[in-house]
Amino acid sequence: MARTVWGSTVGKKTVMAVSGLIMLLYLVVHMIGNLKIFFGAGEFNHYAHWLRTLGEPFMHYEWTLWLVRVVLVIAVVAHAVSAYQLSRRDIRARPSKYVHSKPRASYATRTMRWGGIILGLFIVWHILDLTTGTVHSGFQPGHPYQNVVDTFSTWYGNVIYIVAMLALGLHVRHGFWSAAQTLGVGSRARDRALKTVANVLALLLTAGFIAVPVGVMTGVVS
Amino acid sequence: MKLTLRVWRQKNAGAEGAMSTYEVDDISPDMSFLEMLDVLNEQLILSGEDPVAFDHDCREGICGACSLVINGDAHGPERTTTCQLHMRSFKDGDTIDIEPWRASAFPVVKDLVVDRSSFDRIIQAGGYITAPTGSAPEAHATPVPKPDADFAFEHAECIGCGACVAACPNGAAMLFTSAKINHLNVLPQGAPERETRVLDMVAQMDEEGFGGCTLAGECATACPKGIPLMSITSMNKEWLRATRRASKR
Repeated sequence: MARTVWGSTVGKKTVMAVSGLIMLLYLVVHMIGNLKIFFGAGEFNHYAHWLRTLGEPFMHYEWTLWLVRVVLVIAVVAHAVSAYQLSRRDIRARPSKYVHSKPRASYATRTMRWGGIILGLFIVWHILDLTTGTVHSGFQPGHPYQNVVDTFSTWYGNVIYIVAMLALGLHVRHGFWSAAQTLGVGSRARDRALKTVANVLALLLTAGFIAVPVGVMTGVVS
Repeated sequence: MKLTLRVWRQKNAGAEGAMSTYEVDDISPDMSFLEMLDVLNEQLILSGEDPVAFDHDCREGICGACSLVINGDAHGPERTTTCQLHMRSFKDGDTIDIEPWRASAFPVVKDLVVDRSSFDRIIQAGGYITAPTGSAPEAHATPVPKPDADFAFEHAECIGCGACVAACPNGAAMLFTSAKINHLNVLPQGAPERETRVLDMVAQMDEEGFGGCTLAGECATACPKGIPLMSITSMNKEWLRATRRASKR
């Protein structure tokens, strides 16, 4: 079965749909967690610490967090590898362009590949910035509130983050609806509902994430 | 009408092609697009040039032989086949770009003619029912629920012209393949081969070098027979069902 799925374009799209939905679910949780920054350093830092103690005493300190990280890494890699292989195939399948060509599909659809690459690079930067602190001068482990405020006090921190979140909105807008089609749950009767959910998810995620840098820039969070 | 045509000319499969410009005059708005090309070819023959090769057969919009990407649209600006497109859809003095279907699975044979036998091989992989032929069976011997009959008819309308592939930015044959699969898979006559049909036809589609689906929706917009984009969703569902079932055996 695994060979049938991985060997087929339809199967690889299924891998993309499932891994995409896993990441989407994580993003919703992540976005809601981020909003705690508006309730002060105490609540935000406490929440960040709680994430490490999640599942105790059954799970050891940070086990749950690492489990989530492993699942996410698998999802990201599966999503990216399928996307790369399918894109290569698509480009090969249409080697010559039309002399008379016009862009037609929606902006969100046309930007899936570049948007995906932007998001991939952003994830790397984001982890180096706020998880490991490698690219973050003055990073204080265990003080996420201060680190977030630091990052969004720089112009490049804001620009990178906001551009990536706009790309995320576009990606989710086409991606969620597409995943439904790939998994065969779309239908004429459900199409409007699915498109609405895709748009609402895209909008809420983008707005929810961007609220944090905007909060820091406007001084609501400091 | 007086028109300027820019037509893709290519001597054979191996030759380099290019757009050539021609002028045609005295075109009636009531002519079909192919009749307009006939006028161009008469003109070319009289002047001793090689006529433009293009596919056509029934000229009634039901056979799927005609193709042509006209001004960037598969089958031109109207939602119909090229043979049913009339010159009244254009204006006097227009410049019209005419190109062949573009996909690596549809290699150009000559000028505007492409080889669509990859579609035939997809059909051969499962686009049929295995039943003894003979006289037509009694129509009511196998009851078919009305919604299923409607669904089957909607997909059976596909004439296999390849406009979906030509319009797809990925050169994918998903709409064609899904139409053929859905047409048979929903009917009781197609039920015995329901799983092998979808698995084999999708495998053949991949084998032919068509691209994958990114749900851009261009195929369904170009389809002269109005096969809906949801046809692909139904095929994906059938494929997943068949894959799950095959793994249990």
